[in-house]
Amino acid sequence: MILVWLIVIPFVGGILCWQAERLGDRPTRWIALITMLIELAIPLWLWGQLDFGLPALDGEDPRWALEFRAPWIPRFGIDIHLALDGLSLALIALTGFLGVLAVVCSWKEIVGRIGFFHLNLLWILGGVIGVFLAMDLFLFFFFWEMMLVPMYFLIALWGHSGSRGRTRIGAATKFFIYTQASGLLMLAAILGLVFAHHANTGDYSFSYEVLLGTSLSPTLAFWLMLGFFIAFAVKLPVVPFHGWLPNAHAQAPTAGSVDLAGILLKTGAYGMLRFALPLFPEASQAFAPVAMGLGLLGIFYGAILACGQQDIKRFIAYTSIAHMGFVLIGIYSGSSLALQGVVVLMLAHAFSAAGLFILSGQLYERLHTRDMTLMGGLWGRLGSLPGFWLFFVAASLGMPTTANFVGEFMVLFGTFSTAPWVVVAASVGLVLAAVYSLILMQRVHYGPPRSDEPLAGLDTREFLMMLTILALVLWLGLYPQPLLDTTGAAMDGVQQLSEIFDRVPAGADALTEVR
Amino acid sequence: MLTSARFVALLPLMLVAASAVTVMLGIAWRRQHAATVAVTALGLSLALVAQVIAWQAGPVQTPLLAFDGLAMLGGVLILGSTLICAILSHAYLEQYRGAREEFYLLLLCAAAGGLTLAASRHLASLFVGLELLSMPLYGMLAYAYRERRSLEAGVKYLILSAAASAFLLFGMALLYAQTGELRFDVLLVELSGETGLWGLAGVGMMVVGLGFKLSVVPFHLWTPDVYEGGPAPAATFLATASKVAVFFLLLRLVLDVPGLQGRWLQTLLAILALASMLVGNLLALTQSNLKRLLGYSSIAHFGYLLVTLVVGDGLAAETGGVYLITYVLTTLAAFGVVTLISGAAGGEDVAALHYYRGLFWRRPYLTAVLTIAMLSLAGIPATVGFIGKFYIIALGVEASRWWLVGGIILGSAIGLYYYLRVMVTLYLLAPGMQRRDAPHDWGARAGGLVVLGVALAVIVLGLYPAPMIDMAAQLGGVP
Repeated sequence: MILVWLIVIPFVGGILCWQAERLGDRPTRWIALITMLIELAIPLWLWGQLDFGLPALDGEDPRWALEFRAPWIPRFGIDIHLALDGLSLALIALTGFLGVLAVVCSWKEIVGRIGFFHLNLLWILGGVIGVFLAMDLFLFFFFWEMMLVPMYFLIALWGHSGSRGRTRIGAATKFFIYTQASGLLMLAAILGLVFAHHANTGDYSFSYEVLLGTSLSPTLAFWLMLGFFIAFAVKLPVVPFHGWLPNAHAQAPTAGSVDLAGILLKTGAYGMLRFALPLFPEASQAFAPVAMGLGLLGIFYGAILACGQQDIKRFIAYTSIAHMGFVLIGIYSGSSLALQGVVVLMLAHAFSAAGLFILSGQLYERLHTRDMTLMGGLWGRLGSLPGFWLFFVAASLGMPTTANFVGEFMVLFGTFSTAPWVVVAASVGLVLAAVYSLILMQRVHYGPPRSDEPLAGLDTREFLMMLTILALVLWLGLYPQPLLDTTGAAMDGVQQLSEIFDRVPAGADALTEVR
Repeated sequence: MLTSARFVALLPLMLVAASAVTVMLGIAWRRQHAATVAVTALGLSLALVAQVIAWQAGPVQTPLLAFDGLAMLGGVLILGSTLICAILSHAYLEQYRGAREEFYLLLLCAAAGGLTLAASRHLASLFVGLELLSMPLYGMLAYAYRERRSLEAGVKYLILSAAASAFLLFGMALLYAQTGELRFDVLLVELSGETGLWGLAGVGMMVVGLGFKLSVVPFHLWTPDVYEGGPAPAATFLATASKVAVFFLLLRLVLDVPGLQGRWLQTLLAILALASMLVGNLLALTQSNLKRLLGYSSIAHFGYLLVTLVVGDGLAAETGGVYLITYVLTTLAAFGVVTLISGAAGGEDVAALHYYRGLFWRRPYLTAVLTIAMLSLAGIPATVGFIGKFYIIALGVEASRWWLVGGIILGSAIGLYYYLRVMVTLYLLAPGMQRRDAPHDWGARAGGLVVLGVALAVIVLGLYPAPMIDMAAQLGGVP
């Protein structure tokens, strides 16, 4: 039942916020903050309570640490089926944490229509938590699409209009259409899978566990896998499907960017890990080289385009594309180590990107511009703000002691055995990461200052916020073992599935040799 | 012979006709707007109850009419949407200078026509029903005849509809010449053996005639103008009850004789479906008038619905039922808001998008209704429109009609653009725009309550669609 509460609380909190606007600003913000704190506390409490060491797949059904099931649409065998394992838990805790950050970082930034703003903010988070918990494909799709609407409003109503006709409404619409259209492809793929299962057994079911064992013809499996992959690739984003991302990130308010980069991108990776790989192991195996190639493309594309950006939030958006390239490579590498690395990298990127976006928001509040050509020489003028910039930029380029280093290292190390050349090429991407990070620091914080007037430093709220993220990045960078223990079982499950099919072609080869 | 079973099945139709007569006599005696609305609403509610009872009682056949599951569900939808139209008309016509009462007479006659059409199994009842449905609509569309656009809409619909009826009649004549039969089931069986040139032409002409009523591309040209010009309640009726009746008739035709469609008819319908989805959505993109936009969007939605006719077995009947329920509810919510805002003052309807700018900050709940309607038209989860879209895609996937599935996905993606545009307009701050607004106490009036109720139904059935699905599942006997 606690899983239902995890989803319901943000939705109820959002409505309360909407109505609390009559009481004034402060009650609204506090209600939102308390809601998100509860949302953060529950997974942390669960983390202490539950044992995630269970084998996720022991040849039979996946085992969940916590499960909830109730019939919903019996006509098609659709259940409200929620389940929690280590991976979901880590991502839900992340959602709660970034939710708190999003509320806190918009404390001063958002001044108009705050009730409706917090309604949208909390509903996004509720939808995302639904995505991370749903184990029924219909329910998953339901949440997957539902979280788009509040995000659309967040960008369209509270966003910044960019330069040269890049309007926030345009950005929001683009975001919505990309994700919704690809989502419908996934719906078609889900239905294809369900009807294939129906044809085999005569039962309708949308249950993840039931569909896991569906036998499909290789062609059908490939097309269905592609439907899932494209939906997740748009969210991740993978390069040919990334068109919405720079605009959406740049035009969104800070809280929106934090949610987008921190959580919404992770739903794509989560979808691949949870659905695309286990449901279609053979097809994914066959598709892995292409996916890794796209990952490589993303690393270089993101890094090179980042160097040319002038808008600081677009810059960070492009670096996100590069980082997600590593995630994609890790997901399709099929090694347990790399998959663990993917989880670390996902969290690390969430923290570092959220940190950078919040810092850009703070910079914008002080300078009223996001144009890097108008910055420069800020190091001495901003108190401790540039120090945090340096730290998060270093984290983003994967400096040892930060979580990003651990993640990238594990991904590359784990992938090396299966695809050494991909790793070699991706390592070059690491160098590019250093290049663009230094460019960012140089343009914004060093160089000749535009004026000598000191700007307002960080206040307590901002300082505490940044310090918390910094501590988390360092913690994951220095001692990631607790996280790895939590998600280990879930990742082993994903890996086992792909390993099963690693052996199949080997066996087939042996067979032909005997002949 | 009028057995009691037949009496029960015919009761809704009789009740509607009786209320029409009562309203007419009442008008002759004394003009009283409120009383007329009360009689209309009472008659329609009773008919609705009778329809539900008749559904429970089971299917009944007469030589001209077949009261099967399709007719029953169609009847419920037609009566329900007519009832809502009547209540909305009350809010709308309150300020109208001129005779108000005759509108309800026309509305009731059209509803009777719709009921007949949805239940017809004979070419004669088809034609009678269709004309009884269309004739009052001419009057309703041109009701505000002092407005140029309303008159234009009425005349346009009259002329084009008459042309379509001529096509239909010609088609019927050819079919009769070919087969010597007027009953659908017999007629279609005859045809499925060997079509023959005349039969082919006859079927083609009937498709033209009925396609016009459904405003399927390429017979859609009248739709936006008529939607825009007609008074909002008339347009609401046209968009819901009238189309529902025609569609249920077509669905019966297709389901009655599974072997009917030689491949060419299926191909023809598939092409019409694809064209409607894409053209409807593409033309809606640049509209700045909400009623025109809804007109184009309805073209697209009937494009999706045609998929059920193309597939014609399996889940088709159920899908058609579910989709029509979702479509009717959503359209009623969208048009309801337009009606309420337009009704406050006389003159042209308030449909240009700029009137809606920043509506949220003046009328949050009314805006919520319109937002829900737009989301539902776009097929976003948590609204009933999503269930409809889910069904249509499921049907396409089940029948492996990948082109149609692709068309649905593409059409939906295009459609999002304009639905979102309308939605975001509602929330933008209005810098000193002209204000035409719903009356302050709109939420406490019958019209407002109905609109809120419909919006609530859109959400509730979107979250818990099981009752709706059960209702529609009775239509087709598929496991």
